[in-house]
Amino acid sequence: MAAVAIPGDEQAFREYVQAGGQVETTDWMPDDYRAKLIKFIEMHGNSELMGVLPEREWILRAPTLQRKLALTAKVQDEVGHAQLIYRVVEDLGKPRERCLADLVDGKAKFHNVFHYPTKTWGDVGVIAWLVDAAAIISQKALLKCSYAPYARIMKKICWEESFHILHGRDVILAMVTGTPEQFELVQEALDRWWGPLMQFHGNPIPSDEDPMFLWRIKSQGNEEARQQFLEGYVPQIWELGLTVPDPNLRRRDDGVWEYTEPDWAELKHVVTGHGPKTEERLAFRRHFLDQEQWVRDVVLAA
Amino acid sequence: MSEHAVWEVFRKEKRGAAFEHAGSVVAPDADFAEAWAREQYGRRGESVALWLVPRDAIRDVKDWADEFDLKYRRVDGYSIKARLKEARERAGAAGPG
Repeated sequence: MAAVAIPGDEQAFREYVQAGGQVETTDWMPDDYRAKLIKFIEMHGNSELMGVLPEREWILRAPTLQRKLALTAKVQDEVGHAQLIYRVVEDLGKPRERCLADLVDGKAKFHNVFHYPTKTWGDVGVIAWLVDAAAIISQKALLKCSYAPYARIMKKICWEESFHILHGRDVILAMVTGTPEQFELVQEALDRWWGPLMQFHGNPIPSDEDPMFLWRIKSQGNEEARQQFLEGYVPQIWELGLTVPDPNLRRRDDGVWEYTEPDWAELKHVVTGHGPKTEERLAFRRHFLDQEQWVRDVVLAA
Repeated sequence: MSEHAVWEVFRKEKRGAAFEHAGSVVAPDADFAEAWAREQYGRRGESVALWLVPRDAIRDVKDWADEFDLKYRRVDGYSIKARLKEARERAGAAGPG
């Protein structure tokens, strides 16, 4: 079979990726495509790396040894995802050291949900269950990303995320079947996280105005992802007797979910570095990047 | 660590399966490459074997010329639909035997 040639001009390349064509590291690609890939994938890597910090805070306070081990394994997985993802960015032309430097200097973004505090063990359950559920919806759509090396590592990432969701659901089930105080911890955590969760997939901009969609880096619109999240998880929340803190939330007869408009100003404020925990967590990363410099030096000298 | 070599990682999911490209690691030597690859592609028992290949050792072959239209050697070189239809009609008109 004759190999499909990657088109050498921007318009033809765009049509090629929109038709489902995939691109490898060594193929020609337009500068704008490369720049958008780096921006998108780097933010994903940053989110994996920063996303472990809210959970890390609970490793020492986990209620049982089994929970401590599971949480540690999840944190290890997420850092592993960051390693895989930064490697992809590196091949596109931006070295990992620069990604990390931009991150700790506050020049790069990471997902809104990782800028918030984890007040109780209930928050840990809600993060592992619902934040990971929201994330896996985006990541499953990335299995069809036009950039093949990114799509390939997503297979491994989705496989591990499935364990995280089940672990989170198990934490939640243990608490909702426990004492009234435990149930209340879950409800309070859900109340805290619902706003950020509804903002997670981003403004409902039309797909044809989203550059990430036009290059088929994403194959799913923001609102489509949010609807999929609501359809999959609201019934699972309700069946546990929990209340979703949105009086306008309902499923229409045609299957579309209606909800109160998420606070887009808060989303913008938080992801531009003004979340309640942004500075503290970046300072933590800065400190450890500095402290572990000797490890990189030793490996470099090997 | 950018000056280090890139090693392409291939993994085998189960015995009898083909090795499939999984990703890559950057490492100063083969032992470090193996350590990273084991950690990133094997720590949950998701692989039964890994291959590590220095990227520089890969010879990339991409250009496939087909100037002489050689598709008679492939299934897409044959479109039998119309002829088959005609043949069936003729046979039908003649009746069995």
